[in-house]
Amino acid sequence: MRQALEGSLAVAKAVALCRPGVVAAYPITPQTHIVENISKLVADGDLETELVSVESEFSAASVVLGAAAAGSRAYTASSSQGIMLMAEVLFNIAGLRVPMVLTCANRAIGAPLNIWNDQSDSMAMRDSGWIQLYCADNQEAVDSLIQAYRISERTELPVMVCMDGFILTHTLEVIDIPEQDKVDRYLPPFAFDRRLDPSDPISLGALVTPEFFSEVKHSQHAAMQKALPDIVDADKEFKKLFGRDCGGLLAEHGDEEATVAILTLGSIYGTLRAGMEAHKSRKKVKLIHLRCFRPFPEEVLMAALDGVKDLIVVERALSPGLGGIVGTEIRAVLSTARKPPRVHNVAIGLGGRDVPLDMFSRLLEALKNGSIAEFSVFDADLSRLPEEDR
Amino acid sequence: MMEIRIHGRGGQGNVVAAYLLASAAFEDGRYCQAFPAFGAERRGAPVVAFVRVSETPILQRNEVRTPSFMIIQDETLLHEKGLTDGLKPDGGILINSPLSSEEISERHGAKMTAIPATQMAIDNVGRPVPNVALLSAFLELTGILPHGALKKALDERFSGHLLDNNLRLAHQAAKAVTKDLWKEKADAASA
Amino acid sequence: MAPNASKIERLKELRDKHGRTDGSVLPDPADPPKDLRQAQPRFRGLEAGHRACQGCGEALAARLVTEAAGPDVMISNATGCLEVFTTPWPQSAWRVPWIHSLFENAAAVASGMEAALKAQGKSTKVLAFGGDGGTFDIGFQALSGMLEREHNVLYVCFDNEAYMNTGIQRSGSTPHAARTTTSPPGKARMGKRHLKKDLLSIISAHHIPYGASTSVAYPADIRRKVRRAMEIQGPTFLLVHSPCPLGWGHDGALTIEIARLAVQSGLFPLVEMERGEVTDVMPIRKPVPVANYLKAQQRFRHLFAPDDPRALQEREHLQALADYNIEIYGLYSEEADPLDTDGADTVRRGGLAN
Repeated sequence: MRQALEGSLAVAKAVALCRPGVVAAYPITPQTHIVENISKLVADGDLETELVSVESEFSAASVVLGAAAAGSRAYTASSSQGIMLMAEVLFNIAGLRVPMVLTCANRAIGAPLNIWNDQSDSMAMRDSGWIQLYCADNQEAVDSLIQAYRISERTELPVMVCMDGFILTHTLEVIDIPEQDKVDRYLPPFAFDRRLDPSDPISLGALVTPEFFSEVKHSQHAAMQKALPDIVDADKEFKKLFGRDCGGLLAEHGDEEATVAILTLGSIYGTLRAGMEAHKSRKKVKLIHLRCFRPFPEEVLMAALDGVKDLIVVERALSPGLGGIVGTEIRAVLSTARKPPRVHNVAIGLGGRDVPLDMFSRLLEALKNGSIAEFSVFDADLSRLPEEDR
Repeated sequence: MMEIRIHGRGGQGNVVAAYLLASAAFEDGRYCQAFPAFGAERRGAPVVAFVRVSETPILQRNEVRTPSFMIIQDETLLHEKGLTDGLKPDGGILINSPLSSEEISERHGAKMTAIPATQMAIDNVGRPVPNVALLSAFLELTGILPHGALKKALDERFSGHLLDNNLRLAHQAAKAVTKDLWKEKADAASA
Repeated sequence: MAPNASKIERLKELRDKHGRTDGSVLPDPADPPKDLRQAQPRFRGLEAGHRACQGCGEALAARLVTEAAGPDVMISNATGCLEVFTTPWPQSAWRVPWIHSLFENAAAVASGMEAALKAQGKSTKVLAFGGDGGTFDIGFQALSGMLEREHNVLYVCFDNEAYMNTGIQRSGSTPHAARTTTSPPGKARMGKRHLKKDLLSIISAHHIPYGASTSVAYPADIRRKVRRAMEIQGPTFLLVHSPCPLGWGHDGALTIEIARLAVQSGLFPLVEMERGEVTDVMPIRKPVPVANYLKAQQRFRHLFAPDDPRALQEREHLQALADYNIEIYGLYSEEADPLDTDGADTVRRGGLAN
């Protein structure tokens, strides 16, 4: 049913539709409204789940691990410092190949302390072994969450659904909440072959010596790559039932013959799209939303960039001392392309800085006049810094 | 697409006002978007929220810099430098003040429409939360949405006595302003 | 597994297969078997053949705990020796479902397992195992949270008083003056400068239904306390004193004897607590001088340096700590007691279940 809902409430409702056996979370801005709304659904009897209000994010991640290992569908959500505190467990969950879903309400990492949006937190978990799906809007945050359980339980890989903190979590907009019976059809009851069961005991989490470790890591990597078609399939099947999709691995918008492409992840996509529509000429330009960042959809991206001469990668995080994270990865991926585009890389919207409507025009302008650097924090006002820091 | 900026202080229901207005627009069959200028604000601190109403899906998520209308929930906010910056030349300002529209416009050198929303809220709901009165007055001034849409949005959020009191408050606030005074502005903004 | 075997049947099957008796269930109380060992169909949750050191107190304690707990359990195990020596992939010494995640989250993982079982309407008991490092120190927060949230979990801490898995570094549980690789004695130091953390009192301050200390020297005491905890719906805690021959510096054959001296000297009091109150203690009839306990271990050897005045001082300090335990817990008793340190491990083995 279409409703005007705050993103966090919509996500909470989507969680309820997936019928998790256990939800564990620790409050952190801007994820709070998600767990508050789940708590309310539980209190009102609209969601039957074991809600474990833990004493830290570290325990939140550990509780959902224990719960999924013991055979229940599990959910948690966090942000920023919370994701950092979870980090050790997140790597562990992925290594144990235990399926579950986490919503990351993206927020900057301190210091300096900043509660606003960027994607430093999920980017810091890039190598954790979690599938990462980025959401352009709240409808995708809802739909991707439901898809995430299907993907996770088929691949035995955990899925992190990333939605921009505040910009999505605290925005009320028109969202279609799927019907329960359809979700039930889409998402079969939780099944996990390696669950802990006294009548068929197994040991999970053994010590693996150098004799076997390389093979284990290879199979984890292979499993991530093999998950790509599962992610596409989950979106296709979703469309069959619900009539809409999230673009599979990446979404494109604009001129199919484009020679200039702007690629981004998350809610900036919408602002860039609106900026593109307001722009005087949008010929030969297209936008790409990289929905699936891990596993990295190399082939699909290569295809999307066929014929593109200039690619601007717009991201909400950076690797200090190197530059962009996504941009650098894309450069690496394109190194094997026959005619790779020039890659320009900018970080914008860090720590909640507003990304204005004219960002699209400004990026194209900078490309045109050659002022766009290999990498820059594009919206930083360097005149505010002392000379030596510029 | 119409863009509205709502200024208030923490505790005045600023975000709720934005959500209610957007929800009312949705009830009337429009696309809507409402979000706060997310701050680490405590009670009493200045806060801002944004609303977009459109006939087509809303894509952008940037802060509203050039609103067609502003709703100011606390007169003392006008002392903040640049508060009304970006207001479109033919825009309108609705303000919560015990002063008359003429008096307050003269005092601050800008044209505004005033209603004593805090007093109305105290009289009807028993709490000094001016948001519902201002929203109702705003709908009456612009005619962008029927009052029934606000009633539906209130109905989603409140029940029982609180709903009745808020509906009475909305009714009283609507009568305090001139119907369709800003209709032309609103039509121009939506176009 | 037979395709349609019920869970109960399957559990019995496991008990029969891996138990040491012929699988007969609990004995008829009216006609108790003469050999008390036969009174207990001992399920082996932890199988032999693992890679623990000779004389490992923790391995023995873990076996005793899982025997008493039976097959209808799941274990969440913190990183540590126990995890490493039982599960070098692709082998596992566990006969019960077992998961190891990290060093500091055994209690939180157990919380999640328990929440899942609750959601599934199952009665399987969740156990959490950790060493003193994973319990006193790095995993303490998760443990405190688990107790506060009243998860139905029995947390067992195998206390060998240092980070043995990483090579004998001091922990919050290391006794005062003990030598470890990070608290070596020297000209300026006499081993660990600080006291052993009084964990049981902190646990007890959570007002959980049951918390107790026990020792690998008293198998019957371990069994009784495990069974007691297993019956309780709610958080329970056991602190099991488990000597580490390598870390403590004693012969592997002396593990039980040294553990017993710790109890008999008063340095490691065996107490039971309910809802924050001490409800029972294992009395000591003839307190043994602390020096007897210290002398048997290399980790205290510097306390017997003949010409070092600090050695005597520290010995007196440790004796005072033991005397303090005896006093505040009222451990000294002249009357015979079924829980007596002199009798429980020898005469009344297996006969104390209440």
